[in-house]
Amino acid sequence: MANLRDHMGRPIVAVTGIGVVTSLGVGKADNWAALTSGKSGIHPISRFPVDQLNTRISGMVDFLPSSSKGASPLTYEMAETAAQEAVSEAGLDSGDFSGPLFLASPPVELDWADRFSLYNSDKQDIGAERLLRVARGLKELDIFETTQFGSIADRLADRFGTRGLPITLSTACASGATAIQLGVEAIRRGECDKALSIGADGSATAEALIRFSLLSALSTHNDIPEKASKPFSKDRDGFVLAEGSGALVLESLEAALARGATILGIMRGCGEKADDFHRTRSKPDASPAIAAVRAALADAGLGEDEIDYVNAHGTSTPENDKMEHLSLSTVFGERIGSMPISSNKSMIGHTLSAAGAVEAAFSLMTMRESVIPPTINYDNPDPAIVLDVVPNKKRNAEVGTVLSNSFGFGGQNTCLVMAREPV
Amino acid sequence: MRKIKKSPDPQQPPMSSHDVVITGIGLVSSLGEGPDAHWQKLTQPGLQPVLDAARFAPYTIHPLPEVDWNLQIAKRGDQRQMETWQRLGTYAAGLALDDAGIKGNDELCTTMDMVVAAGGGERDEAVDAAILAASESRNDRDVLLNEKLTTELRPTLFLAQLSNLLAGNISIVHKVTGSSRTFMGEEGAGVSAVETAAARIRSGQSTHVLVGGAFQTEHSDMLLGYELAGYLHRGPWKPVWQRQGAEGGGVVTGSGGAFLVLEQREHAKSRGRKIYAELGPVVSGRARRRRGELNAEIATLLKQAALPDGDLLTISAASGAHAATAAEKAVFDANPALAVRAFSTLTGHMKEAQFPFAVALAAMAVDRKAGYPVFDATVERPFEGAPNSVLATAIGYHQFEGLGLVKAA
Repeated sequence: MANLRDHMGRPIVAVTGIGVVTSLGVGKADNWAALTSGKSGIHPISRFPVDQLNTRISGMVDFLPSSSKGASPLTYEMAETAAQEAVSEAGLDSGDFSGPLFLASPPVELDWADRFSLYNSDKQDIGAERLLRVARGLKELDIFETTQFGSIADRLADRFGTRGLPITLSTACASGATAIQLGVEAIRRGECDKALSIGADGSATAEALIRFSLLSALSTHNDIPEKASKPFSKDRDGFVLAEGSGALVLESLEAALARGATILGIMRGCGEKADDFHRTRSKPDASPAIAAVRAALADAGLGEDEIDYVNAHGTSTPENDKMEHLSLSTVFGERIGSMPISSNKSMIGHTLSAAGAVEAAFSLMTMRESVIPPTINYDNPDPAIVLDVVPNKKRNAEVGTVLSNSFGFGGQNTCLVMAREPV
Repeated sequence: MRKIKKSPDPQQPPMSSHDVVITGIGLVSSLGEGPDAHWQKLTQPGLQPVLDAARFAPYTIHPLPEVDWNLQIAKRGDQRQMETWQRLGTYAAGLALDDAGIKGNDELCTTMDMVVAAGGGERDEAVDAAILAASESRNDRDVLLNEKLTTELRPTLFLAQLSNLLAGNISIVHKVTGSSRTFMGEEGAGVSAVETAAARIRSGQSTHVLVGGAFQTEHSDMLLGYELAGYLHRGPWKPVWQRQGAEGGGVVTGSGGAFLVLEQREHAKSRGRKIYAELGPVVSGRARRRRGELNAEIATLLKQAALPDGDLLTISAASGAHAATAAEKAVFDANPALAVRAFSTLTGHMKEAQFPFAVALAAMAVDRKAGYPVFDATVERPFEGAPNSVLATAIGYHQFEGLGLVKAA
């Protein structure tokens, strides 16, 4: 009989359902097959023209019905798809989930396609005045809802019958991890015995790409798209913008066991720490990331020597990978050279608001399958970053515990610790 | 309803329960800044709102007051990295931290958690207008977008627009770095932010939390966010309760922000801080409004909040949106013990900041042992005496509902 309470007397939180969508495909099976064979989902952009753009590649999800319909519809569809997979796997009623919903999703804005069509449906006035006048004559709520920050979660709450006011959150590129953390905390506080945590991001619009590009954050290695994302390599030159979603059904271990659910993994700990150094850059000594990792370990009740594998944030930007290496080598000391640390982003790119959830899903699968997905495109190691990145080929290994890192603009640092088995 | 239980269930006591108290309030609205200025204004019988009916005609707004950003955002470089929305939020957050005696205290700031309710920041209206104008004569609009956006967007503007960068700026400017979370979703985000912050303190996860939001309405996109569903009131200004049947959708917006410092009672006492009030139950919900569930949902929330017997001063964040405000009023009419004050009559609707603002006004009334005079004599009734508890409500103009009970410390 497993313990039902953790080292701090809180209910242990189990994962009983996992769902995922990335540029590699829909669902765990396709994604895992591609991920473990070192396949990249990065491809030339076809959704919009790339004239004038320095970056012409991405990991967009181009194969869903909503892929060409704008950020809100695509984010919703990916969230729904991943959640459906997770809830089905958990064996729960997918129309009556009856636990809270935590959604990490991108900030919304009126899509340009809608802006253009509203504007050009009239001739009177110019600029904002015209848009406002056309807007108040609209008879449908479709466009309005794409501009409301709570609407995607509201629809998901209807679809899955989640309980109460759904929380939509953004901690930038750490959002997916924060959604999971909020679910874990709600269960630990005894507010619920299950929660649905989703990270979804379908916001790879031209404007989003240009914004990141203007901040020099994106790779411009356009010629061979699948080689562009190369975390921890010497010639890494930015991240690859991508889309995807990850969903987890979280349950108190007690409730999950009581209903005979299959335990897919345990959420052992969560840690966070904000950085006050700069809007996009991390404190040079990496102290906030270090503090976040240590907070996650402490929350999990695990020592530095008890983490088997690190699912890195590993964005492939010069800055992140250097800072992440510094933080990990500070926390784990000499052991860092022999710990496997790989970046899923080498294959799927950076799925932004979804990344923490997608990578938590892959971390759990890594433990269940005893296979570590590789860091691909590791042809030119950065000599300043000495890590075992599981280069280029998957590795069979028993993995009992994983640390998954997520760091974001605005000083966001969130780390999750997961385990294969209850204590 | 996510949180019905407020006291620990004796069967399941995983975490100890702590009282949540309010020790800092930071407010900005068209009426001024800070709790004192707001109290003075809001307790003047017959106070007239500050309005600007010309700038965004046919819409009326409640504009920002004069704000000297330097008082809370010392570095000009930091101010330049933000647009008005982030400055406003960072400023209001600074007021709350000052008020709680936390600002400048490294130990307290680095261990302080933060939950910010945020929408998005301001787009570059001139760039957008130029693109829209050019779109009238071009069919290759996607190429037009690339041309204009790659050459005309200011690179750092993106950061001024990102929802979580209000929290990011608060970390940078005020050094609040325990944790940083941003909730999105209009009024509901403000409700969830306060609810989550309180739950963290009750369970012992946090000792002190900065929570709040800001809204800057003086930008066409911020009006568009309402008007795509026809929510804005047009024509002459009226109090919130009197907009049914008037031209437009009933919402008059205002620029403003509200931040609170919530604190574990023992933590506040141990550092000898003034306590405005205790924050009691905070409950939230999501009525399926198209199915007509809103009235029943508000009534359910009132029951869950464990209201005291007798007259209860109620600070309502009613927006004026026709359907939501009518539902709220119907529930209040059915609960005659509630003496309602809809503050948006005087401040305008401040979206994500609505609920934190309501809680702040409730805490001030409890602290000063006095109610507010009616903000609209035709609908609101007088409240006499010293309120021991005050209810704060936020019924979203489009979706999501919540309320909280504030009690004497």
